[in-house]
Amino acid sequence: MPRPDPDQLLSQLQHAEQRAQRGRLKIFFGACAGVGKTYAMLQAAQQQQRLGVKVLVGVLETHGRADTEQGLLGLPVLAAQQRQHHDKLLAEFDLDAALARRPDLILVDELAHSNLHGSRHPKRWQDVEELLSQGIDVYTSLNVQHLESLNDIVGQVTGIQVKETLPDHVFDQADDVVLVDLPVDELLWRLQVGKVYPPEQARRAQQSFFRKGNLIALRELALRRTADRVDAQMQDYRQTSSIVPLWKTQERLLVLLGYPDAGRAVDAEVLIRHAARLAQQLKAEWRVILLDTPRQQRLADHARRVWLQPLSFAQSLGAVTDLLSSTAAVASVVDYIQRHNISRIIVPTDALQRPVFWSRFSRSLMAALEQDCTALDVIAVNASLSKNTAITQHSNTQTSGGSASSQMPVASPRAGLTQWHAAYWSEDRQGYFWAVFGCTLVTVLLAGLTHWFDLANVVMLYLLVVMWVSARFGRGAGTLAAVLSVLSFDFFFVEPKLSLTVSDAQYLLTFAVMFGVALWVNHLAANLRFQAKVAQQREQRAQQLTELSQQLAGVLTATQVEQIAQDQIGAWVGGAVWIARLDLQDQLELSRPPATVPTTVYDPALAMWAYQHEQPAGQGTDTLPNSPMRYYPLRAPMRTRGVLAFVPSAELHSPDVARLLDSMLSQVALAFERVHFIEVAQQALIKIEGERLRSTLLSALSHDLRTPITVLNSLAQGLARADLSETEHAEMVQSMIMHSQTMQHLVMNLLDMAKLQAGGLNLNQQWIVIDEVVGHVLRSFAKPLAQHQVEVRIDADFPLVYLDELLLARILSNLLENAAKYTPAGSTIIITAKQLDAQQFELHVCDNGAGIPEGMQEQIFQRFARGHSETTQTGLGLGLALCREMMRVQGGGLRAEANQPHGACFILNWSQPMPPAPPVDMA
Amino acid sequence: MTSDAILLIEDEPHIRKFLKNALQADGYQVFEADSVARGLIEAASRVPQLCLLDLGLPDEDGMGFIQELRSWSAMPILVLSARDRESDKVNALNIGADDYLTKPFGIEELLARVRAQLRRSQPKSSGSRVEFGDVDIDLAKRMVRKAGQDVHLTKIEYRLLSVLLEHADQIMTHVQLLNAVWGPNHQEHEHYVRIYMANLRQKLEDQPTQPRYLLTEIGMGYRLCLGGVIGA
Repeated sequence: MPRPDPDQLLSQLQHAEQRAQRGRLKIFFGACAGVGKTYAMLQAAQQQQRLGVKVLVGVLETHGRADTEQGLLGLPVLAAQQRQHHDKLLAEFDLDAALARRPDLILVDELAHSNLHGSRHPKRWQDVEELLSQGIDVYTSLNVQHLESLNDIVGQVTGIQVKETLPDHVFDQADDVVLVDLPVDELLWRLQVGKVYPPEQARRAQQSFFRKGNLIALRELALRRTADRVDAQMQDYRQTSSIVPLWKTQERLLVLLGYPDAGRAVDAEVLIRHAARLAQQLKAEWRVILLDTPRQQRLADHARRVWLQPLSFAQSLGAVTDLLSSTAAVASVVDYIQRHNISRIIVPTDALQRPVFWSRFSRSLMAALEQDCTALDVIAVNASLSKNTAITQHSNTQTSGGSASSQMPVASPRAGLTQWHAAYWSEDRQGYFWAVFGCTLVTVLLAGLTHWFDLANVVMLYLLVVMWVSARFGRGAGTLAAVLSVLSFDFFFVEPKLSLTVSDAQYLLTFAVMFGVALWVNHLAANLRFQAKVAQQREQRAQQLTELSQQLAGVLTATQVEQIAQDQIGAWVGGAVWIARLDLQDQLELSRPPATVPTTVYDPALAMWAYQHEQPAGQGTDTLPNSPMRYYPLRAPMRTRGVLAFVPSAELHSPDVARLLDSMLSQVALAFERVHFIEVAQQALIKIEGERLRSTLLSALSHDLRTPITVLNSLAQGLARADLSETEHAEMVQSMIMHSQTMQHLVMNLLDMAKLQAGGLNLNQQWIVIDEVVGHVLRSFAKPLAQHQVEVRIDADFPLVYLDELLLARILSNLLENAAKYTPAGSTIIITAKQLDAQQFELHVCDNGAGIPEGMQEQIFQRFARGHSETTQTGLGLGLALCREMMRVQGGGLRAEANQPHGACFILNWSQPMPPAPPVDMA
Repeated sequence: MTSDAILLIEDEPHIRKFLKNALQADGYQVFEADSVARGLIEAASRVPQLCLLDLGLPDEDGMGFIQELRSWSAMPILVLSARDRESDKVNALNIGADDYLTKPFGIEELLARVRAQLRRSQPKSSGSRVEFGDVDIDLAKRMVRKAGQDVHLTKIEYRLLSVLLEHADQIMTHVQLLNAVWGPNHQEHEHYVRIYMANLRQKLEDQPTQPRYLLTEIGMGYRLCLGGVIGA
């Protein structure tokens, strides 16, 4: 018995979990209006309410039907939002109010409905998605003719194009589909007695849509579609319960679009729908590619956008889309098929039958596919079947990406993306000028030299001009040059001169060949140009991406990431870029408005939406497509890090540009995440250091503080005795003062240590004068060091040092205290400052006492360590450890060495940046 | 001569008693207060010549007292503070305190500071001439001599020295010196003060690394000690 694949099981489980958090979608599905979907839905809702579920009727049209109105009784109804639309007041579903009411279950009729212009989402099913994502269950109704993939079939059967459509994935991913079925005769009877529409309307309906034949066909479609769904469910179930192990082929579909005319985009839609249906049946991944030819590159901005529309349409149906730029179309298609392991290709019939479009190339597409892709199924679809304008229009409202932005006023040409369009035109005009100028120049030059030149050479020179113009300025100018060359050659050089007539018929062949060669050269040169341009564009994009990642690689703070993202992406989209990041309270904060004065207004609510839903919002998306800007969430592996917004340009609809933008955005998001984790790591490091110090402190506290307290206590008790002599008394008082001073010193050290470990120490590194600190410390040690020789060797022009002067003073105090304690009276203490190189500095505190025992140079920096174990001195155990910590927090170190010939040297070392410029002072 | 009156604001009774005894033994008249509110009343009613102020008081921060008192009196304020309030001390000096002592302090040190402050607050004796150690400054002629030799000071060095002379025996913070010498737009250039102080010490002190007069108060600023420190 084979066991189910664990990965698959896991993904199923995750899927089930995700569904549990989402609301459940139940669709009441019927063949057409009047079968009783709304009624069935209300009945189900009534039942839920009786069970104690909080039900809300979001939007529902009763059409004046008595049954339906009866069903509404007792259910709370959400007030519709009144919206001004072309001086008419229209009611629309109020999504925000529905979300605010937070019902358990909401009824939203007519899933395929298109919202009024200016709503948050263009389509009602998108509202429903949002309700579901907030965990609200939804009941809704749907007629079969509204299903996107069946749309054209319904159109063929009934002759009526339905404009409101629903993507199939919404239907397929619904949790429950309830088929509301009614025999056709019964439906017709209901219609006749006026249960569906008022009598007058009913009569009209019966003559057009509600013909018996139509109704039977629609019913069959609805039944079959539901059956397909049940079938798929059964397969899923089998897979989960592993009743029968299923071997699934990995099918990959490809739709090939290569139509240059925008007006014929309708063909593409039929192909795409067909592919979507097929892909769904086969459970196959499917791709749509559009051939980008030199001619397409030359299209004006808006024309190109229309031309790119089928791709966004395909994307909305779930396809992966690509733009293939190449002059050798056939070869690149074959290459694409092989690279992506395509198993079936869908092409329009005319692509195979008429070799018109492919005629420029050496072999036809079909021949190439037969030769190179033997395992490939080719499916030819007659795309001219449903050539009518209704679908074209329909496609404009459907394709969310392309069409919504085409309603927007076309933004002014932007730098970077659209630059070359503008350049193209000016270059074009220049090209025509050069074509004329070149031909004239050759004519004038050669006219006087006909005696020396053979006519064959004249032809050569003309061809040279044609070649140069074609290579430099492209096809149009090249063609002009070719025509002009032949004409001038005829007119000025061929007998009879200054006439277009030709005496010798032989020259006709010369003209023909000359013209042919000119055109061919022109074609080759223009193709070269195109390829160069495509390569250049690709190179440019790759370079932009590399540049961005290189710049982001070395960045350490979020502000730097913002700066770079704004500069790079801003230069790329040719406009201002807004970046909003999460602040410490997890609020989305616009941390960086663009540097240039913006012409559009940033909308925080929309940015928040994009962030929360992890989806692009704003212009050209499904959410508030009429807002001027588009908002992209910055998704990183762990979480979304913020939102980036700008005014998008037309080129963004091209898949490769969109993909580049995606890569750029994820680079930025990754950089934000990396920076975030750097901060987290630093904090963790600081915490660990703090813990380490805390343990040092506690052990020191218990040990070193007890000693002086014990001494003080016994001395005080001793003083209480009456039988003390005068000298004994004085000695004891002196001893008490000394010990209390020792204790004070220890407490100071402890406090410093406590501050260090609590992170409460505000490191205050500044540019200070080192001998000033040394002088201060020596002044406070004047008494303890009265018996010692102290020598300070610091040059008057020693550079400023970058240290915390309080910490430095504490370190020096500790070192001098040790020196006073551990060296005999009369010893010499030398303090020397040294500059090793531009950034490395040292301060030596050396004595000529007994020195540190060999091998103890490191140990003395451990807590409680003392150079001589049997000493009665206290306090050193903490002091040196503390000094070393104090140097470490300033990025330096402290070590001990033996002094020559004897004694100890304590060496502070640190590195620092270049000192600031000294003040200017006129003497 | 009537004895000088000192207002002692301190909430810890042991320290207050000990300080009072010491000050009275030195011949001062002492008024006590244990809170900012009480202290302000005493300061207004008794009009002492000097105020000893502990920063950590029960009802309000001592800083409030300084601000309030400075709005109507110029009497010297000597701040007593525990060592863990370094930034408080600088702030206290910046808003008008004249000197500070860190707890625990020696009583001799305290009495010396009290004497210095009282001397400073007495009307200045005649003069355009000031002396400390072997340095002799003629304010009228802007001449500085050390051990009878003319010392050349740059304009800024002289200005810095004159500000310190004006506030002799008083701690001047880096910020105060920057404001007085360079003006208010140089707050971030604290190292200017340090460099010029080093220059002044080079020119006026016998042992610049162990100065007797131009003293560094670590973490605070500088003090020109006209009497010279003992023992250095």
